[in-house]
Amino acid sequence: MSTTKISGAEIILKALADQGVEVVFGYPGGAVLPIYDAIFNQNQIRHVLVRQEGGAVHAAEGYARSTGKVGVVLVTSGPGATNAVTGLTDALMDSIPIVCLTGQVPTHLIGNDAFQECDTTGITRPCTKHNYLVKDVKDLSKVMHEAFHVARSGRPGPVVIDLPKDVCMALENYTPKEEIELKKYQPRLKPDADRIEEAVKLIAGAKKPVFYCGGGVINSGPEASKLLTEFVRATGYPCTLTLMGLGAYPASDKQFLGMLGMHGTYEANMTMHGCDVMVCVGARFDDRITGRLDAFAPGAKKIHIDIDPSSINKNVKVDIPIVGDVAHVLKDMMKVWKDKKFKPDTKALDKWWAQIADWRAVDSLKFDQSGEIIKPQFVLQRLGELIKGKDSYITTEVGQHQMWAAQYLGFEEPNRWMTSGGLGTMGYGLPAAMGVQIAHPDSLVVDISGEASFLMNMQELSTIAQYRLPVKCLILNNFYMGMVRQWQELLHGSRYSESYMESLPDFVKLADTFGMTGLRTTKPGEVDDILKEMIEIDGPVIADVQIDPTENCFPMIPSGAAHNEMLLGPDDKAAKPVSEEGMVLV
Amino acid sequence: MTIEQQINFHTISVLVDNEPGVLARVIGLFSGRGYNIESLTVAEVDIEKAISRITIVTSGTEMIIEQIKAQLGRLVPIHKVSDLTLDGPHVERELALVKVVGTGDKRVESLRIADIFRARVVDSTNESFVFEIVGDTGKLNAFIDLMRPLGLADISRTGVAAIARGTEGL
Ligand SMILES: Cc1cc2nc3c(=O)[nH]c(=O)nc-3n(C[C@H](O)[C@H](O)[C@H](O)COP(=O)(O)OP(=O)(O)OC[C@H]3O[C@@H](n4cnc5c(N)ncnc54)[C@H](O)[C@@H]3O)c2cc1C
Ligand SMILES: Cc1ncc(C[n+]2csc(CCOP(=O)(O)OP(=O)(O)O)c2C)c(N)n1
Ligand SMILES: [Mg+2]
Repeated sequence: MSTTKISGAEIILKALADQGVEVVFGYPGGAVLPIYDAIFNQNQIRHVLVRQEGGAVHAAEGYARSTGKVGVVLVTSGPGATNAVTGLTDALMDSIPIVCLTGQVPTHLIGNDAFQECDTTGITRPCTKHNYLVKDVKDLSKVMHEAFHVARSGRPGPVVIDLPKDVCMALENYTPKEEIELKKYQPRLKPDADRIEEAVKLIAGAKKPVFYCGGGVINSGPEASKLLTEFVRATGYPCTLTLMGLGAYPASDKQFLGMLGMHGTYEANMTMHGCDVMVCVGARFDDRITGRLDAFAPGAKKIHIDIDPSSINKNVKVDIPIVGDVAHVLKDMMKVWKDKKFKPDTKALDKWWAQIADWRAVDSLKFDQSGEIIKPQFVLQRLGELIKGKDSYITTEVGQHQMWAAQYLGFEEPNRWMTSGGLGTMGYGLPAAMGVQIAHPDSLVVDISGEASFLMNMQELSTIAQYRLPVKCLILNNFYMGMVRQWQELLHGSRYSESYMESLPDFVKLADTFGMTGLRTTKPGEVDDILKEMIEIDGPVIADVQIDPTENCFPMIPSGAAHNEMLLGPDDKAAKPVSEEGMVLV
Repeated sequence: MTIEQQINFHTISVLVDNEPGVLARVIGLFSGRGYNIESLTVAEVDIEKAISRITIVTSGTEMIIEQIKAQLGRLVPIHKVSDLTLDGPHVERELALVKVVGTGDKRVESLRIADIFRARVVDSTNESFVFEIVGDTGKLNAFIDLMRPLGLADISRTGVAAIARGTEGL
C-alpha cells in the first residue's frame, strides 16, 4: 500500500492503469465529474467520448471481443446508467468481459430520490455477472481489482461498479493489484481426468460423429481455436460452429460444415440430426440451435465441455459433462488421444462423409443473381472474396443481413467476427465497429448493417467523425425490417404490419454531413466497384447497397420444427406450414 | 409421468457473504428464472467472517433442481451450495407462533392438543393463547389444522432451518 492518500477518482484511474486498461468508452455527467477530473489530469488512459451510453457499452464489447481484453465503460448516474442496461444485458448473454463504472449520487443522498438517482445495482443485478456499490473509499481498490477478475475469469461477463460522488472525492491510499487477495471467485479450469478418458473413448468409437462448437472456444482464447483445429483434424470428423463460434475453426477447411441452427446449412443441421456422438465444445444448446427439443439429435450420445456448470443439462441432457476451460480440456483430450493411440473408425467415417457429401450437394446456400436487382447474398459473397487474406474485422447489426453475413463470409480466425447473438440487439454493430477500430487502428473494420438497425445508434457517426475512425458501414438496404417482414410472410399471412421503413435518410448525404464518404448502388454490375471503393477509401464510408426487398433468408428451421424439417427456399414454405406451437415461440 | 418430469421438494443450504444485496441476488435469481420458493430463511452464522446461511426449500424436476444449484453456485458472494435432500439424512426444523382465541371447551381442547404436540404457551389472556411449536413442516401443518376449528386467529412461521446429520459440517 502506498502511503500518500489520493482521491477515490485517482484510485480508479490508477487501478485501471494497473489492470492494463488503455481505453475507456464513456459519457460525462454530474455524478462522474470527479472521475473526469482525474482523466483530465493524466495521459495514460485514453477516453473515447461516445454519443449515447448504449454506444459506449457496445463499443467496449467490440473492443473486448476483438482483443480478448476487458472492455471498460464510464457513465454517469441515473439516465447514464439506465442507457447502459441494454449493452450490459447484451454482454451478459454473449459472455463478453466488461467493467462498467457508473456514477451515483453521494452516499448520504442514496434512497432520497435525489437528482439523477436510480437504483443502479438493483436495476443491473439481473443483467450483470456481478455488481458493486462502493460506499466506503477504503474498499475501492479491492473492488476495482476484484471486478476485473470477475469480468474476465470463468465465463466472462459484465460487471458494474456503482460509485457515489463522495466516494470518488474522499482520500485514501491506493492498493495495487498484486496486494489484493482474490479468493472469492475461482472457477474451475482443469477438467476431471476420468471424464476426459471416458469422453475420448466415446469419441474414438463414434461412427457418425460431429463437433458442435461455439463462443466458449473464442472466450477461451486463440490457443483454444488452435487446439480445436488440431483435435478435429486428428479425428477427421466434421465440425460445425454456432453464430457466436464463427472463426473458432477455419471456414475454408474441408471438415467444416458451416454454421448450424435456425439459419444454418442443410449439411450442418442434418449431420447434427443424424449423428451418434456429439462433441459440444463451449456452446450452450441455444434454442436457435436445437429447434424442437424432443427431436434434437435423437440418436446421439452427447459430450458437453463448458466452464459454466449452469450451461450443462440446462436445455439438453448430456451423457458426459465436462466442466472446464476449453483450452485446458482440449489439451488433455489431445494428450489422451495421442498417448492411447486412438484412431477413428475410418470405414464408418467414410460412409458418414459420403452421406454428408449428399447433403452438401443440396447446396443450401445457392442463390440466383441473374436479374437486375441486387441479391444480398451476392454482395456478401463478393465482400468475402475481396477481403480474403486482408487484416479485417466484421461487425453486424441484427436481422437478415446478419444471418447472410454469417452464411457467406468465411472466418479463418477467432476474434474477427463481432455480432449480437444472444440478445439480438439492433444498433450493436456500429458502436461495436468503433470499439474494434480503436483497438485495431490499421485494420479494415466493416459493419454489415440493415437500414433499420443503422438508425438505432447512428448518433455514433459523430464519434466516428471525431476520432477519424475509418469504419466502413455496409448497409444492405431492403427498405424493410427484413427479418420481421420474413416472419410476417411465413408465419402471419403476409400481413406486413409496421415493418416497412418509411422516410429513410439519404445515406449518401448523411455520410456527407459527418465528413464521411457516401456511396450508393442499385445495380448488380456495380457491386464489385462499390465494395472495392469502400475498402480502399482511407476513411469512414457509408455504402448504401439497395437490395431485393422481398428476399428471404434460407435455409430456415421454423420455430418449433426439428433439424430435418428445414425450409430450403421459397418453394418449400407452402409444403411445410408452421405449427401452432411453433407460432408462440420467438 | 416419467421420472424426469416428476416434481420433488429439495432443501438447499447456501453459505454466502453477509453483504448488502446478497439476499436480493438469491431471490431475484428464483423469480427471474421462474423457480419456486416454498420457504427461505437466512441469518448470519459466522460473525467474524460475516458468513450467512440461507436455507431454501424449493421444488422442481431433477433438471430444474440441478439448474437451481448451478445458478446459485454462479453468484459471486456464494461460497457453497449443498443439497441436503440428496446429500443424505438431515434434520429440518421450523418454529411457529400460533394464536388461538376462544373460551370454554374449545379453549381447553386447544390446550390439550398443544400438550400432545409439545407446543408451549408463550402468552395468554382470558380468551387467547399464543403457542410456540417447533418441528418439521408436516408437524406444524398438522397442529395448525387442528387449531383451525378451535379459534385459530393468527400464525407466524419462521420457515425451515436444516442441517445434515452426523459429524460433517457444511
Ligand atoms: C436473428 C438471429 C438469428 C440467429 N440464428 C442463429 C443460427 O441460425 N445459428 C446459431 O448458431 N445462432 C443463431 N443465433 C444466435 C443465438 O441466439 C445464440 O446467441 C448462439 O447460438 C449461442 O452461441 P453459443 O452456443 O456458441 O453460445 P455463447 O453464447 O457464445 O456461450 C458460450 C458458452 O461457452 C461457455 N464458455 C465460455 N467461456 C468458456 C471457456 N473458457 N471454456 C469453456 N466454456 C466456456 C459459456 O459458459 C457458454 O455456455 C441467432 C441470433 C439472432 C439475433
Ligand atoms: C432493439 C431491437 N428491437 C427490435 C428487434 C426485433 N428485430 C429483429 S430483426 C429486426 C429488423 C431489422 O431490420 P434491418 O436492420 O433493416 O435488417 P434486415 O433484417 O432488413 O436485414 C427487428 C425489428 C431487435 N432485434 N432489436
Ligand atoms: Mg432492412
